[in-house]
Amino acid sequence: MKLTLKIWRQAGPGKAGKMETYPIDGISPDMSFLEMLDVLNNKLVTEGQEPVAFDHDCREGICGACSLYINGEAHGPDRGVTTCQLHMRKFKDGDTIYIEPWRAKAFPVIKDLVVDRGAFDRIMAAGGFVSVNTSGNTLDANSIPIPKDDADKAFDAATCIGCGACVASCKNSSAMLFVSAKVSQLALLPQGRVEAQRRVLNMVEQMDKEGFGNCTNTGACEVECPKGISLENIARMNREYIKAGLLSES
Amino acid sequence: MSKLNARIPEGPIDKKWTNHKNNIRLVNPANKRLIDVIVVGTGLAGGSAAASLAEMGYNVKAFCFQDSPRRAHSIAAQGGINAAKNYQNDGDSVYRLFYDTVKGGDYRSREANVYRLAEVSANIIDQCVAQGVPFAREYGGLLDNRSFGGVQVSRTFYAKGQTGQQLLLGAYSAMSRQIGLGRIKMYNRHEMLELVVVNGKARGIIARDLVTGEIERHSAHAVVIASGGYGNVFFLSTNAMGSNATASWKVHKKGALFANPCFTQIHPTCIPVSGDHQSKLTLMSESLRNDGRIWVPAKKEDAEAIRAGKLKPTQIPEEDRDYYLERRYPAFGNLVPRDVASRAAKERCDAGYGVNATGEAVYLDFASAIERYGREKANVEGIQNPSLEKIKELGKKVVEAKYGNLFQMYEKIVDQNPYETPMMIYPAVHYTMGGVWVDYNLMTTIPGCYAIGEANFSDHGANRLGASALMQGLADGYFVLPYTIGDYLADDIRTGAIPTDLPEFDEAEKAVVEQLQKFIANKGSKPVDYFHKKLGKIMWNEVGMARNESGLKKAIQEIRELRDEFHKEVMVPGELNGFNQELEKAWRVADFLELGELMALDALSRTESCGGHFREESQTEEGEAVRNDAEFTFVSAWEFTGDPGKAILHKEELVYENIELKTRSYK
Amino acid sequence: MGFFTSSIGRKIVMSLTGLFLITFLIVHLGVNLLTLVSAELFNEASHFMATNPLIQAMQYVLALGFVLHISQGIILQIRNKQARPQNYAMNKPATNSSWSSRSMILTGLLILLFLILHLKDYFWVMKFGEMPAGQTDYDLVTGLFQNKLYTLIYVASFILLGFHLDHGFQSAFQSAGVNHRKYTPMIRKIGRVYSLLMALGFSLIALYFSFAN
Repeated sequence: MKLTLKIWRQAGPGKAGKMETYPIDGISPDMSFLEMLDVLNNKLVTEGQEPVAFDHDCREGICGACSLYINGEAHGPDRGVTTCQLHMRKFKDGDTIYIEPWRAKAFPVIKDLVVDRGAFDRIMAAGGFVSVNTSGNTLDANSIPIPKDDADKAFDAATCIGCGACVASCKNSSAMLFVSAKVSQLALLPQGRVEAQRRVLNMVEQMDKEGFGNCTNTGACEVECPKGISLENIARMNREYIKAGLLSES
Repeated sequence: MSKLNARIPEGPIDKKWTNHKNNIRLVNPANKRLIDVIVVGTGLAGGSAAASLAEMGYNVKAFCFQDSPRRAHSIAAQGGINAAKNYQNDGDSVYRLFYDTVKGGDYRSREANVYRLAEVSANIIDQCVAQGVPFAREYGGLLDNRSFGGVQVSRTFYAKGQTGQQLLLGAYSAMSRQIGLGRIKMYNRHEMLELVVVNGKARGIIARDLVTGEIERHSAHAVVIASGGYGNVFFLSTNAMGSNATASWKVHKKGALFANPCFTQIHPTCIPVSGDHQSKLTLMSESLRNDGRIWVPAKKEDAEAIRAGKLKPTQIPEEDRDYYLERRYPAFGNLVPRDVASRAAKERCDAGYGVNATGEAVYLDFASAIERYGREKANVEGIQNPSLEKIKELGKKVVEAKYGNLFQMYEKIVDQNPYETPMMIYPAVHYTMGGVWVDYNLMTTIPGCYAIGEANFSDHGANRLGASALMQGLADGYFVLPYTIGDYLADDIRTGAIPTDLPEFDEAEKAVVEQLQKFIANKGSKPVDYFHKKLGKIMWNEVGMARNESGLKKAIQEIRELRDEFHKEVMVPGELNGFNQELEKAWRVADFLELGELMALDALSRTESCGGHFREESQTEEGEAVRNDAEFTFVSAWEFTGDPGKAILHKEELVYENIELKTRSYK
Repeated sequence: MGFFTSSIGRKIVMSLTGLFLITFLIVHLGVNLLTLVSAELFNEASHFMATNPLIQAMQYVLALGFVLHISQGIILQIRNKQARPQNYAMNKPATNSSWSSRSMILTGLLILLFLILHLKDYFWVMKFGEMPAGQTDYDLVTGLFQNKLYTLIYVASFILLGFHLDHGFQSAFQSAGVNHRKYTPMIRKIGRVYSLLMALGFSLIALYFSFAN
């Protein structure tokens, strides 16, 4: 396959960037999208040019590192996949492909296609946990039965890989799907229920501080989420937040 | 031999850990605040260790090269985590888990460590549930289990095909809590490039900020290496692209012995290589072997026709299929341990029965499982005399519920529907049992330097059983290291903060900067990947699933030549000060090029076959591995001398007091 | 405590005021439809609305509802714009979301313009202005539709309102935390029927009087 790539190049944080054009040839339809970029980069290096920087690690759709906005969609045109699982057979010979970084104030560009998603870590540190210390003396794992349905819903929410596609696809750059997935997972389980109020208030406060936009329920995040995290989680977080806001004593 | 004191506590095996904990020295809470600990790596081992140490009151500095601790490659583990809970009432016990793990490891692991692992395994499940890890449950609300290769009980806890992810996120959330409290200082996008040793003790690291390129000095009273395994020596593996051996290797070069480097695990069920462009291999969970049957055509001409695209697997009648695992190992069938299954696949493909274009693939077939489940389901639904079509339809639904995400993943990569046509699989490098040598306290031969998780060598012997890596990572991080490290740190309560302007820091930093500058200044002609791929080919061909003396000698020679060429010809564009992924790769590959040689050297010196290490010179007439207990019941621990090819071998004799050494048989 | 200034708090304000305005529109349409029945009935209803103390009190609540809904909407829009300082060179939002959901600010602002026009022509005249001698509320309402351009503006605005409501209706429930695997599809359907009824109902009246004479 022969392709024309239009790629965002930016030398560093806060620097000006622009879209650059790179023709590329000899791409096999069986390659993954990132393997196609490997080919480009090795070509650039051999020519003495700087390769395109992009985040990637596991290349099997679970670490959440890869984060490319491809032809106007987070993780490209395929559904239920991350960029690393996208294969070139989804494109046609002769196509022009736009490749851009996630765009959000809360995700500043570090270089080229690499963005800083530290905001997600800070939201997690604000409350995305159960406050239980490591000890050999916790309750036996089977001492609290959990309805299978709740456990399954908690699991579905917990499959979030923190890639940020929700923020990238949302026209408001809202992080509600990410935050709600964690709030939901822990609110659905009796172990997390104990501090559910504190958690939702703190995590939302941090989310707002980071400069994400507000959810307007367009549902784009759910469609583009590689793990299919449901909008139900956002509603659940809203519920939790209303409850906590009304009941909290401070 | 003074270098190798494993410090195994006295007493009967089931009392060792308890006694040890009772007698070990502690650091009181007020003093813990005066002590800094560096943890390199934030996977299951590093993440859980960092969280636990911070909870106890130590000042923790945690480092990961990824943009967030949540991305460590533990996240990709699919199948599950073992624990001796015996919830299924099938006779499981701590002893049985201990026994299975030692046997599965082909009697090359340390009894006391493995017993402790089995002992704390149950606590891990309790701890994770308390953290909100959503394990799979049954309708009664209790935890579900599945079975895994090499054992005869159901002791594996799981969360669909994403168990590693869920456990890692549990550890990450525990870390997040401590980060929020300020007890862990997190250094994302930082890579450890050197260990700093002061007066014989590990006192800090040199790290590079991968965003700014700045070289930083970090001091601490102890350094914990939790940076995972070195499977990426092979270039193609199931490891993440960034997984590297640098932390372990630098520690080794500073004096820590490296144990059993040749023990690598080749996982039998991975998606086969499709071409030269391939950057990594994707695992298909071992749990698939519970229901899938592995076969190749029984007739060579059929295999040839398939490779040429003239025949489809579904057209081959039952009698012309060779279910070689069921044929060779009737007792365990498709559920033999990984090393056995991998070698059997290689044997068939080498004999010319491989099935994809490259001839390096076998089938993993769900047709009979679909039919079996379909019939069961039809029974449940009360359908009389269901048609074969109806049965298949019902069966597919059951299989989808169990393995849907894996089947979908396969289809995305290979573009074939595994419900209709059998999956193609082939073994791929997955895990490294070898690693930095540690004593019972998980301390390396450098005082104050610890290694945990896949980075150490301790628990899996020559082969790891499925669902045991997660168990070991969390056991080390949550339940072992946090206790044992106190024994060492008790001496440091009056030391005070370690200054970073010591000459040892100067030297270490200088060496790092010089090497980095060399890479940038080296106007070579070939990208890093070129060398990494070449190294991978050498390793896979000569130090892979089957090894022999001449091949290993050849490999050593070739690696040495490649290493020289690399340092002359590598091209690293960009700058030192700034985000530079090629520079990161160059640094890592330089270490792989040294480690690879040590692996070959280790494989050469161990002339027996055991676990994942198969020496062609040591096999039965039927091709089964032959262990040599009389000469090789020891851990090979290598000391660095300045040249990886001239490493000195130290032996830790393995003493089996509770398990009788037997030929491992799965027939 | 910042509850109402948080991102979710603001959404809840949008949701509750939206639901309130949705209810108001039902009443409004109900009264307007009386024009199609008879002039007397409509005038009576109009008189009742203008004099009943409870309704009078509700007027202030309604005004507050509008102000809150509009001001929050604008504030949210500004904040949302700020959250993405650099846009994509290539973006295909239509692949993952509906036009109506993405265009709430656009439809909302156009409806606001319409609302101003509407208040000036009717509400202001009825409440504070001098009704020309012998003219009833009915005459005022129906009279303006003699102007075809006026009718066109009205109908266009109601179509925009329909789109606004189609997303707004279900969105209000989602923001308030109501999402249920069984009931949400139903809420979406009800929302669609409701917005169609509103757009068609109001348009019908305008078109009827525009073409009736």
